[in-house]
Amino acid sequence: MPNILVVEDSPTMRQLISFAMKRIQNAHVIEATDGVDALKKLSSDKIDLILCDINMPVMDGLKLVSLVRGNPTFKDIPIIMVTTEGAEEDRKRALAIGANAYLPKPIQTQELIKLVNTYLTGRGN
Amino acid sequence: MDKEVSYSNKADEFIQMFKKGEEFTKELLKENEKLRYRVAQLEESMAQSVDEARTKLYEDRIRLLETELNSFKEKFTQVEMENKDFASKYLEVEEENNNLANLYVASYQLHSTLDFSEVLRIVVEIVINLIGAEKFAILLIDDKTNELIAVATEGIPPADTPRVKIGEGIIGKVTKEGESYFAEDLGGMETFNAFEPIVCIPLKIKEHVIGVISIYKLLTQKSGFSNVDYELFNLLAGHAATAVFSSRLYTQSERKLTTIQSFLDLLKEKPKR
Repeated sequence: MPNILVVEDSPTMRQLISFAMKRIQNAHVIEATDGVDALKKLSSDKIDLILCDINMPVMDGLKLVSLVRGNPTFKDIPIIMVTTEGAEEDRKRALAIGANAYLPKPIQTQELIKLVNTYLTGRGN
Repeated sequence: MDKEVSYSNKADEFIQMFKKGEEFTKELLKENEKLRYRVAQLEESMAQSVDEARTKLYEDRIRLLETELNSFKEKFTQVEMENKDFASKYLEVEEENNNLANLYVASYQLHSTLDFSEVLRIVVEIVINLIGAEKFAILLIDDKTNELIAVATEGIPPADTPRVKIGEGIIGKVTKEGESYFAEDLGGMETFNAFEPIVCIPLKIKEHVIGVISIYKLLTQKSGFSNVDYELFNLLAGHAATAVFSSRLYTQSERKLTTIQSFLDLLKEKPKR
């Protein structure tokens, strides 16, 4: 059963992404409201994939990505950024820090499911 | 002498008989040859007719198989078309399902609280995350002045959204008529103008407009609107209006209740001597 960590400060987006993830067989969603909350969830649960927003209070998505990549235990977890920042330089910056994929909002659910499936099956690496 | 003649006659007779026998044998041989030829002819003819029958049988079989093949080809094409049709219908259902999920989540969130500022925050979230707007304002009618006042903004300072009189400009007209406005050019203007939105959605409870959502700029990656966006606009027009209206009433009544309660508590207090 893959555990997907959804890091998003907006309850609407969290619910929407969790809804979409229900379509992935056996997927279990763990929600976090910001980067710090996400680090706590990473320590307490075995996470297979992270879906992460960029603009969040307390700790933003980019900081979280760099911390995850710098941690030997979590460094191989695929990270998909889901954000309103649609500019090319934002995408490049997130990928350079260590994100595996970049999906600008508003999200297309089918595209998100396809991307998550790709990384869960290891085809994205 | 007589004996010699007699022997000679007998010999002639024998020769005659032998010759006749020879002729008869020759005739028999000739007849035999003819019969053999005839038998060979008949055998050949029979073989030919068997071949012809077999060829005809094979031809019939080929024709039957060809008919069957064509029928299978037709069925295959039909099944292939049905398959394509199912695949496209599946995609449509999938898309519809996703859209419904979006609408459900938006509606669920809108009605999840009675806190006025929380409802406004949810409307803002929906407009950013589900519609993809970068700059927008939520304006509500002030019952005292009968003007539209910004109660929440995103990407623009609240001070930059002036009061709008009902009936004036795009926003005022949308408020008055209750019909959504979509600019032809969704790219928007170079400089921000609070009176020139690219989209203006009335917040309506039945036919009563309580305010508008005025969008000035979409996110860079959002080039236009899809069907689900229009569904979301419809949903916002109705559900957001109800949520905003009821939460505002609830918050006001809560405030009044607290004031009355404080007043009652004050009255209940024993007078100090």
